[in-house]
Formats: sequence, C-alpha cells, structure tokens
Amino acid sequence: MALKTFIEAIRETLVEEMRRDPSIIVLGEDVGKKGGVFLATDGLWAEFGDDRVIDTPLTESLIVGASIGAAMNGIRPVAEIQFADFIFPAFNQILSEASRMRYRSNNGFGVPMTIRAPYGGGVHGALYHSQSVEAFFTHIPGLKVVIPSTPYDAKGLLRSAIRDDDPVLFFEHKKMYRSVRGDVPDTDYTIPLGRAAVTHAGTRMTIVAYGLMAHYALEAADVVAEEGISVEVVDLRTLRPIDKEAVLNSVRKTGKCLIVYEDNRFGGYGAEVAAIVAEEAFDYLDGPVTRIAGPDVPGVPYNHVLEDWFMVNPEKIADGIRKLAAY
Amino acid sequence: MAVTRTTDSGLAASVGLTDADLVAMYHKIALARAVDERMWILNRAGRIPFVISGQGHEGAQVGIAWPLERRKDWIAPFYRSIATCLAFGMTAQDILMAQYAKASDPSSGGRQMPGHYGNVENNLVSLSSPVATQMLHAVGIALAAKIRKTGQVAMTSMGEGSSNQGDVHEGLNFAAIHRLPFILVIENNGYAISVPAAMELATLDVADRASGYGIPGVVVDGSDVLACYRASKEAVDRARRGDGPTLIEAKVIRLTAHSSDDQQTKYRPEQELAELPSHDALPRFRDQLREAGVLSEALEATIAAEIKAEVDAATDHAEAEPDPDPSTAMRWVFAEEWPSETPPPWGLGSHGMAGHEGDTSAASGAVD
Repeated sequence: MALKTFIEAIRETLVEEMRRDPSIIVLGEDVGKKGGVFLATDGLWAEFGDDRVIDTPLTESLIVGASIGAAMNGIRPVAEIQFADFIFPAFNQILSEASRMRYRSNNGFGVPMTIRAPYGGGVHGALYHSQSVEAFFTHIPGLKVVIPSTPYDAKGLLRSAIRDDDPVLFFEHKKMYRSVRGDVPDTDYTIPLGRAAVTHAGTRMTIVAYGLMAHYALEAADVVAEEGISVEVVDLRTLRPIDKEAVLNSVRKTGKCLIVYEDNRFGGYGAEVAAIVAEEAFDYLDGPVTRIAGPDVPGVPYNHVLEDWFMVNPEKIADGIRKLAAY
Repeated sequence: MAVTRTTDSGLAASVGLTDADLVAMYHKIALARAVDERMWILNRAGRIPFVISGQGHEGAQVGIAWPLERRKDWIAPFYRSIATCLAFGMTAQDILMAQYAKASDPSSGGRQMPGHYGNVENNLVSLSSPVATQMLHAVGIALAAKIRKTGQVAMTSMGEGSSNQGDVHEGLNFAAIHRLPFILVIENNGYAISVPAAMELATLDVADRASGYGIPGVVVDGSDVLACYRASKEAVDRARRGDGPTLIEAKVIRLTAHSSDDQQTKYRPEQELAELPSHDALPRFRDQLREAGVLSEALEATIAAEIKAEVDAATDHAEAEPDPDPSTAMRWVFAEEWPSETPPPWGLGSHGMAGHEGDTSAASGAVD
C-alpha cells in the first residue's frame, strides 16, 4: 500500500493496463512526448511507442470517432479529451454513434472505448477550462459515466472502464490531480462500475455527491458533526448507471436528502437524483429534497472573487446541511 | 455462373478479371436495381413506410467494392449503399428485412429506419442518419488495421453533400498523416436532397480537395463500371502496400427522388430528369458485356429469372417474419443489463406503457 496522488493513480493504471493488454492504445492531444497537459500520460510514449500512444491533431470529433472505428476492429482505445470543456465537437460521435452502436445494430457491434476528460472549476480556468459537463452525457442511454473522487477509486474504476465492453466517459476533477492523495494497493483490484460508496456514516441526512464535491461533503460533514448533526455521505462514483439502491437505502434510513454538484443547478445531474428520491423514497422523507449546486451563469468566471462566488465549497454545503436539518 | 467461352474475353483481360467476374458484377448491379424497384413498389402499395434509394449509384458501388476482400476488409456504407452491401456479402433478403424492420433484420433487428444497413459478419459498419459520421469509423478501423498489422483496407462512401461535413476533413487529415489503408468514396449525384452541387461546392470536383491532404484524388465516371473497378483496385493496392489513403469521386446519377417522402420534380429541371437514363450504368454495362460476348441472351434471361425469384422469395420471407417483441426493446443498451436502473414498479419512467399502480409487467419486461 502506497500513498499516491490522484493523477499518479490514473497514470499507473494506464501503464499497467497497457502492459497487460497489447490491444490498448492511448490517443489525444499532447498525450505523446509531452505526456498530456496534466501529465496523465507521462512516460507512456517512451514505453509503448508511436503505434500505441498517438498525438492527434486538434480534432476532438476524430479522437472519438476514430476510437469508435478502432474499437470495432480489435483495439481498446483510451481517448483523452484535453479539457472536458472541449468535448463538444465530439458530442455527435459520442451521442449518435458510440452510445447507440450496440443498440442500433441489435448487439452486432460494440464499442469498448474509454474517454478520459479533466473537468471542474476552482483552478482559475474561467469559462472554458472549468466546466462540469456530466449532465449532457448522463442523459444518454448506452453511455457509462464515471467520476471518481479518490486515487483508490480512480484506479479501480479506470481499470473497470478500460476492460468494459461499452463506451465509458471517465471524468477527472483537475483540482484533485495533485491535491488529493490516498492509499493505493499494488494489487490488480477493480471497482465495479455502477456501485456507490458510503464514505461517511450518519443518521440525520443523506448527502449525495461525486468528484470534488464528495470531498467537500466530507469536510462539511465533519464541521456539522461538531454541532451535533450526523450526516451520511454517499459518493456515487459512477453516475450512469446510477446505484439507486445505495442512495435510496441511505435516504430511507435518514429521511432527508441533500444533493451536491458543482455544475449549473438547472437541469444538472442532481435533478435526476432528486427525482429518483422523490419518486421512490417519498414515504420516508421528512424534508424537501434539496440541492446545492453552481449558479446558473454560462460558465465559471475568471476573477478569483467571482470564481469563489461560483464554486460550491464546504462552507456552502455546511450551511445547506444546517438549513435542511432544521426543517 | 455458366460462361460458355473457354478463354476470357478481351474486356475481362483488360482489367485483370475473368468473364465470370464480369457476369457476377452485372448480377449484383441488376440485383440491386431489382431490390430497389421492389422497395418502391412495396412503399407505394403501403407495405413499408419509407424508402431511400440507390438507383443510379449501383454500377459505381459494385465496381468500387469489387477489389476489396470480403470478410477481411471493411466498408462503412451510407444509406444509398444497397449495391455496395450486396457486393460485400449481404443478400437481397437482408436488404428487404431492413425495409420491413422485422425482428430478424440482420442490420438492426427492426430498430433502424430502412437504409441503415450494417452487418458484423460482413464487416459492414452499422450506419446512422447524421451524415459523414461513418468517415471517422472507417479511419479508426484503418488505424486499427495498421496498428495490428492485419493487412486490412477500410473504405467508406458518402454523397458529395456529406463531403462538406467537418468529420470528413478531420478524418482525411488524420488518415493522410498516418498513411492509413483507407479509401474515401464520394458518390457525387449532383444533389444533397434538393440542393444542387453548385450550391454545395465551389469547385466542380470534390476530388480536388485531396491535394490539400497530400493524397491522390481521382474522378471517375460512375456509369463506367470497369473504370470504377480500376480506380478502386489501384486505391486498394496502394492502401495494402502501406502507401496511404485515396479519395475516389464517382460521378453518378440519382434516378429517384431523395426518398419516398421527396418530390424531386419540384427542384430538378424536366430536361435533366429526361436525360438521366442515358447515364445509367446498368444498361451501359449490359451493352458492354453483350458487345464483348460475355453476356449472351440466354445468360441474360437466366440472370433476370434468378433475380426475380430471389427478390420474390426475399419479399415473401420478410413479409412473413414476425415483428420485434416490445419486451426485447430494452435489450442491448449495454452488453450487460443494469437492473440498478430499473424504473419504479408504477412505471412512469419505464416506457410509457404501464401507468397502473401495481402493474409491474412493464418494469419486469425492462429487465428480461
């Protein structure tokens, strides 16, 4: 067991998976000699060479579209979109092609492909290097969406994503790359897709979160614990397929549900969680299903005061917990 | 196919084929036309709701598909690719099953509109409706072939209208950089639904763009089957040698409206429509084979009878096959099923069918 940063866990997983399976390739912008703008693929080109670590032109649609084709012809691509903000030229390939291929061919073709994309704010990235874009993609049947929050989960889930026979979108919060450390065993463990984790046990309220917000939720849980409010934190880890039972079991126990996400509030992923809880745990609720999320402006503003205004943080979450607890 | 001569004709020899090859090519072209005409009859008779046609493209499609190796090479076709699919291993029955969208339709099990062919056994990529997306799939297949050193060639085809999509640029650029075993076929029929080529392209030929990617671009008369064959053979050989991609533009004609929901007399001049048959590859190739002594009257009659029997049998079969069962409609979203996403038993979120409290049939159907 060794202490590793979030990005070290991801890089190690890529290296180990590529050693295990020669059909795995990595492709994207600057992923070769440079090793990616965040160094997630550092060292891969030196070890695996031009054929398996491919610097693409600035063509997101090609990165995904060619990965789809390669996946149909015996390759297992791990594509990198440099920033989640830049994924939209590939949206059609993800939505209309990768996610529908198995269904539309009646299981004739599958697309075993992983798309990694750094997302999230709080990094002075402004409108186009800070976005949380998961809601656009969790709406799509046929696409799995993963957002890990710890190095341990990142490794286990990335292994599962790469080994999965369907397309998986794997979002990594940029702010966590070097600020989050955790124990990562040297074993070939996997974490199954579609399974949440209860990361903090509690009794009075369930907080549902993922990615960076799963950390902030834990910090907020510690703060309010000192005030005598016991909250349970459910880290979803996989957004689609969602682990409904983990959410519902917790809410049925605590009777209250607070959903935290960094994305714009309106129509965000948390809205679906709220709907599930309202539909399927209504009889257990003794307070309104509540969301804490980013404000509905078209992006994270750059100036640090404005960015702080935008970002959900542990204080805002703790405040929300207190209000809901008092309901 | 019985050919009475003991040595091959000069025509066959001139392109390095046998008379049997030429007859087989003619058979595919004529079969594609017969299947296509049957589709329109079935549509007008109210048997199938929609037709999208390949009439006028068949000669180019068969000539161009012919040099590829079936079940080794790949084609990502488009919605007019009936003859391409027939030349690459699908049958008239396979095509008609897609028109009827029956459960055993090998393209999609009745999930896709007619014209969205695809078949894993024959390395024909399943296609969608947003045009030119298949460009990148074929490039990716070629990339995989290069990495895995399989010796495969990947081809895709589309109309000149589709050639304006950004995916075509991204794909050609990448295929050229990596010298991938890839062929882009533009079947230029002069119209993107109703918009004439002059409003889609600033140049006469899409093939002119090839030089911008540093690859060969060739223009070929789509009514000349053997010219199409030769252009494709050269491109396939080149790809197989590792010398990179080729753009082939075949000038073809669109004999029908865009689809069964289109009325082309609204936007095409009468004179132009009247002249179309003189550019049709089917009669031209038939005359060419007759003249070369490859196609006798007797052989032609035999082929016509075989085709009619095949299309009749295919129609009867497709007509009689069962529709897909709605209880299967949730299957193959993923390779495995995900009961964790099963909708609540009252089914409001399932597929709009249940709606009664206590009725769990829809929900349980969702995870069958």
